Order: sequence, then C-alpha cells, then structure tokens
Amino acid sequence: MAKIVAIVKMVPDLVEELEINEAGTGLDRDWLRLIINEFDNHAIEQAILLKERDAGEVTVIAPDAEGVEDMLFTTAAKGADRMIKLAGDLEEGANNHALARAFAEAAKPYQPDLILTGVQANDDLDGPVGPLVAEYLGMPYVGYISGVTIEGNKAIVRKEYPGGLIGEMEVTLPAVLGIQAGEEPPRYVAISKVRQMMKTAEIDEQEISELNPNGGVIAKRMYLPEAAKRAEMIEGDEEEIAAKLVAIFKKAGAL
Amino acid sequence: MADTVTEAKAGFTTKFYNSLFEVAEGEKIKTCLQCADCSGVCPFGYLMDFPPGRMIAWMRAGILDKMLDTDSVWMCVSCYACTEVCPKNIPLTPGLMTRAKEELLLAGNIPTELQSALEFSQRYGNPLGESPRKRADWTADLDFEVPIMRKAKRPVDVLWFVGDYASYHPRVQKTTKAFAKLLHKLGIDFGILGPEENSDGDSQRLAGERGLFEMLAEKNGKAFSQYEFKEIITTDPHAYNAIKNEYPQLGIEYPVRHYTEFLTERIEEIKPLLKDNGKKKVTYHDPCYLGRANNIYDAPRTLLEAIPGVEIVEMSHTKSTSLCCGGGGGGMWLDGFQWEKGEVRLSDWRVKEAVTSGAEILAVACPYEPPRFEDSTKTVPGAEKIIVNDILELLIGAME
Ligand code: SF4
Ligand code: SF4
Repeated sequence: MAKIVAIVKMVPDLVEELEINEAGTGLDRDWLRLIINEFDNHAIEQAILLKERDAGEVTVIAPDAEGVEDMLFTTAAKGADRMIKLAGDLEEGANNHALARAFAEAAKPYQPDLILTGVQANDDLDGPVGPLVAEYLGMPYVGYISGVTIEGNKAIVRKEYPGGLIGEMEVTLPAVLGIQAGEEPPRYVAISKVRQMMKTAEIDEQEISELNPNGGVIAKRMYLPEAAKRAEMIEGDEEEIAAKLVAIFKKAGAL
Repeated sequence: MADTVTEAKAGFTTKFYNSLFEVAEGEKIKTCLQCADCSGVCPFGYLMDFPPGRMIAWMRAGILDKMLDTDSVWMCVSCYACTEVCPKNIPLTPGLMTRAKEELLLAGNIPTELQSALEFSQRYGNPLGESPRKRADWTADLDFEVPIMRKAKRPVDVLWFVGDYASYHPRVQKTTKAFAKLLHKLGIDFGILGPEENSDGDSQRLAGERGLFEMLAEKNGKAFSQYEFKEIITTDPHAYNAIKNEYPQLGIEYPVRHYTEFLTERIEEIKPLLKDNGKKKVTYHDPCYLGRANNIYDAPRTLLEAIPGVEIVEMSHTKSTSLCCGGGGGGMWLDGFQWEKGEVRLSDWRVKEAVTSGAEILAVACPYEPPRFEDSTKTVPGAEKIIVNDILELLIGAME
C-alpha cells in the first residue's frame, strides 16, 4: 500500500488586482485573496486517483494561510486520510527554500513512497518547491508529470514534451513528482460533504521548528509593469502606410 | 459480494423515493398516473434518458440506480413546464428533478462547465468568477449616487437585491442601470448591499447543490439582518423566488417583490413620464420563475401597455405555457453540454416564435434573458431586426 504525501500551498488569487506593499518589495498581503495553487490541486487529484486505483494512504501537508482549513477539509471530502497544517511565522509569506525545508521535515516521519506537488506556482520567486524538497530528502525528482502508475518499488511517470511528444520513464521510489496535470481534472465535492468533514475530520497542526530561507532570492523592488512607449500608430492612406512601413523595415535592416 | 451490490442498488431507489417526501407535497408522487404529460411537455424530454415520467416508472420498478450512470438529467432547466401540466400536481421540478441532480452531483457525475460555476459561487459569491469587491462597479458611470448600505449607514425603504448577472454581465448591466435611473426618477429611498451581496443561490440549488445554496443564503441572511429596510426588491426572478419561497425555510424572512410588481403599484406616477416614441409591436416572454413558478403574468404586461405606442402581440407559447430560455436550473452554465447533446438551443426556439409573432421587440423581465436571446437573434433566420429589451429599458427609453 503506497504512502502518498501531497505538499500544497495557497497562492495569490488573480481574480483581484494585486497591490504592492509600502516598502515596494513584495505584495501587500492585507489585500491578498488566496487560492490553492492550481497545479497543487492537480497533485491532490492525482494522489486521490492513485489511492482509489491501487489502495494507499494520502497525507496532505500545507502551510498555514487564510483559507487553508477550508481547502484541507475539501481534500478530506475528496478522500485524503490525513491533513496537516504547518504553523509558524508565515504572515509575510515564506520563500520556497524555507517552505521546502519545512515540508521535508514534516513529510519525513510518514516515510512516503511518493511525494506529489504542483510543478510550479504563481508565487515561485525562488524556484519551484518540488526539486528543493527532493534535494533535502535525498530523493529523485521528475517534473511536468501528467500521469503516474505505481509498480512495486517503481513508478512509471508520463511527461509531456513540446510538439505533442509524451515520454514515459521509470523512477525508483521514494521519489518526488512535480505534477503538471492530474489524469483527471480536480473533482467537485458537494458542499454538504465538505461541511460534514468540518464536523468530523481533524486537521493536525504542526509547528515549523525553523523557517530557514537560505538559498532563496531577495526581492529588492517589486512593481507593476510600466507601460513602454514603443508602439507607433502609422497613419495615412494605404499608399502612405505602405511607404512608411518600407522605410521602417529598411531602417531596421529587415529589407 | 454480488448480493450486497444488488442490495445497495435497490437501496438507492428506496432511499431516493423516501427523500422525495421531504419536499412540500412530495407524497403526491404516489399518485402518478403514468400519463407522460410531463415528459411530453418537457422542452428537452426527447434528449433525456430519464424524463420525469420514466424516472417515476423506473423508481416503481426499483431499478432507478441506472440513472446514476447517465448524465442527461443535466438537460433539465428547471422550467416548471412538467410541474405545470401534471394532472396530479406532483412537484416534479423542485422535487424529483432537483433530487435527481443532487444524487448525480454526490456521485461525482457532473459536467465540467457546471463545476466551475459552482466553484466560483462558493469562492467569490457569484457564478461568473468575478471579484466580489467589484459587485457594485456598475454604479460608477451613473450621474447620481447609488447608496451602498454599509456606507450609507441609515434605514431605507427599499433594499434592492441586484443579483449576479445584473451586477456583472456587461449586457445586463444596461438593464440594471435602467432600474437605478427609474428608482432615482421616482424618488424612491433605496440602497444596495454592494460587495456584501452574494449570489441568491437558487439556480445552484436547482442544479443539485443544496449545500452551496444554504451557504449563500446564510451569507445574504446575515447581510440583510444588519440593515433596516421595509422590503426587498429585485429585478431577478431567480433571486425573487429564492427570497420569497426558499429563504423562509432557513429562517430568513423578509417581504420581497419583483420589480414588475413594485412598478405596477406606481403605474399612475410613471404614466405621465412616458412619451410616445411611435408605434411598436412588442411581444413579452414570461420568465419561468416569474410566471409558472410564481404566477406573475399581469404586472409585466401592465407596464408594457402603459408605454404609448406599444401594441402587445403574444407568442404561441405564452403565460403558463411559456418556453424556457434555457438558462434555469444550471442551464446558464451548461450551454456547451446542451449543445453537445442535441445541437439545439432553447433560446433559438423562443426567438423563432418571436419572429412568427411579427414583433419588432422581444421584451423580457429576467437578467438571464437579454444575452441568451440576443445571441439567438444573430443566428435565427429572420430575427436579425428583433430588438431584445428588458421592460425596464423600454420604460427608460420612453422617458428620454
Ligand atoms: S423542469 Fe422543465 S426541463 Fe426539467 S424536466 Fe420539467 S419540463 Fe423538463
Ligand atoms: S404528468 Fe404527472 S401524473 Fe403524468 S406521468 Fe408525469 S408525474 Fe405522472
């Protein structure tokens, strides 16, 4: 029976416009609405699918954030067996190096055969979480995965390449996989089931022993894209426009 | 093993059957005559594996679990046509069909399009996936202020429940602004909830997501309870239906009226403001949740008749036999699914009838309709010149 750990996080929801904090070094977190990282949601779906197919035990680990409990209860309603919330000084958000160390520490005691996580997230300033966790746990990592089959102590993983090519490879377990897409899209669970879980399921809260951001990047300045004045509207009738275009192409060395 | 599976399946039918008694007048299901009027009148009955009459037959045979492997119940647009014709007055739409969708949803048998609308409703309080903070943004370009309750901090006569499509859909916002102007012209003391308003949840309920409906209703109930007002008015028949018939069961009780009732009461004040802008043939589409579900047929026509130059012509399906626009019961979020099943759109059928009626204007009174019918006027032959207008737009048009 495979022991599967899904490591997931909440990220800024782009339905709201993002605001920069006063220091100009990051997002204004007071205004942020958070949502589960879409790729992580696929990782959860893949974990549940594996459990349903081959039997297994699914543990979901997520750092504390606004809305994280609702998200964890939803995964419980989907079929996750254990939900862990990592608590610590996360108010200003932690970089992925710090999170990956915390994830690795939290996942270790469960002796996972497979660790699944989203291949990327919209707030990955210092690289995705998956390879970092693999490094800290000394496990192999394969990213951009869109299908997983477990066979004994190996997993056959499918990875998409540009041009519609699909590669199949074998990886020895335990391993970390960066999920691009689950084999099925994330399922819907009725709110009544989620509410039921809120009454019966428990979230295990674990304190992060140390948030160590070493190795990450430091954002010196964060700002909204500044509109560049590079566009020039060419006016006139067809003849004039054509003549102007030819002149521009010549100047640019294209003719 | 085989026996337990059979038992579980038989168990499904029994459990499902018993659950129908929990709906008001649900026990009437026992009196079904198997006349099949319901399945015959259903606009999508010919595309359903289990139209209402057959569902009852299979239930009586104890083999309704087969329904869980099919998906055509999602064709049901909760239009109340079956309920209206049933000689035994069985509550087919709110009972049988809605319960069937609930079971499909619990079994995870749900079209992806619908799934995102439900997820958006849960997350943002509207099925369109728009920012809840922007719910009152439509008020920005009006030349008077629309009071938002939280900021106004005073009691009002009328709390206007704006609704989802009326708040966010660019086409429907025109109707919404027309109503705002009308309230302003009539000097009505009103306010809106703005970002505190959530989806009324009625279509989500009829699409099988009762838990989500309850969650949204509770949020609206909490917002209502914070302010003082005499009554709730809405332009959305779905919100009207929810607040009038469903919210009270959750302990959320407020007087509510649809705008057509509210304005009809003030018709003598409105008439002097209306100018004669020339003769127009107008046909009126009865929305399912104003008409069949709530028996409001006269008020909208009274408003139209008050406009000088308007001649009302009726379509072949009218009043209690009106045809659904296809948007109810989750239909707003299942256009692709419905098209794949039958390559038909109910709104096309309705617009064809409007063409036959000889009307120049197709008048409506529900926010689901202008975008649906306008799309159809672009594809139905002969419908190019038909103008789709909410009654509110016609009223404001006659004042300018
Ligand atoms: S409510 Fe309308 S769409 Fe649904 S089964 Fe009845 S007639 Fe058909
Ligand atoms: S119309 Fe009423 S009585 Fe006739 S089959 Fe349908 S449910 Fe039964």
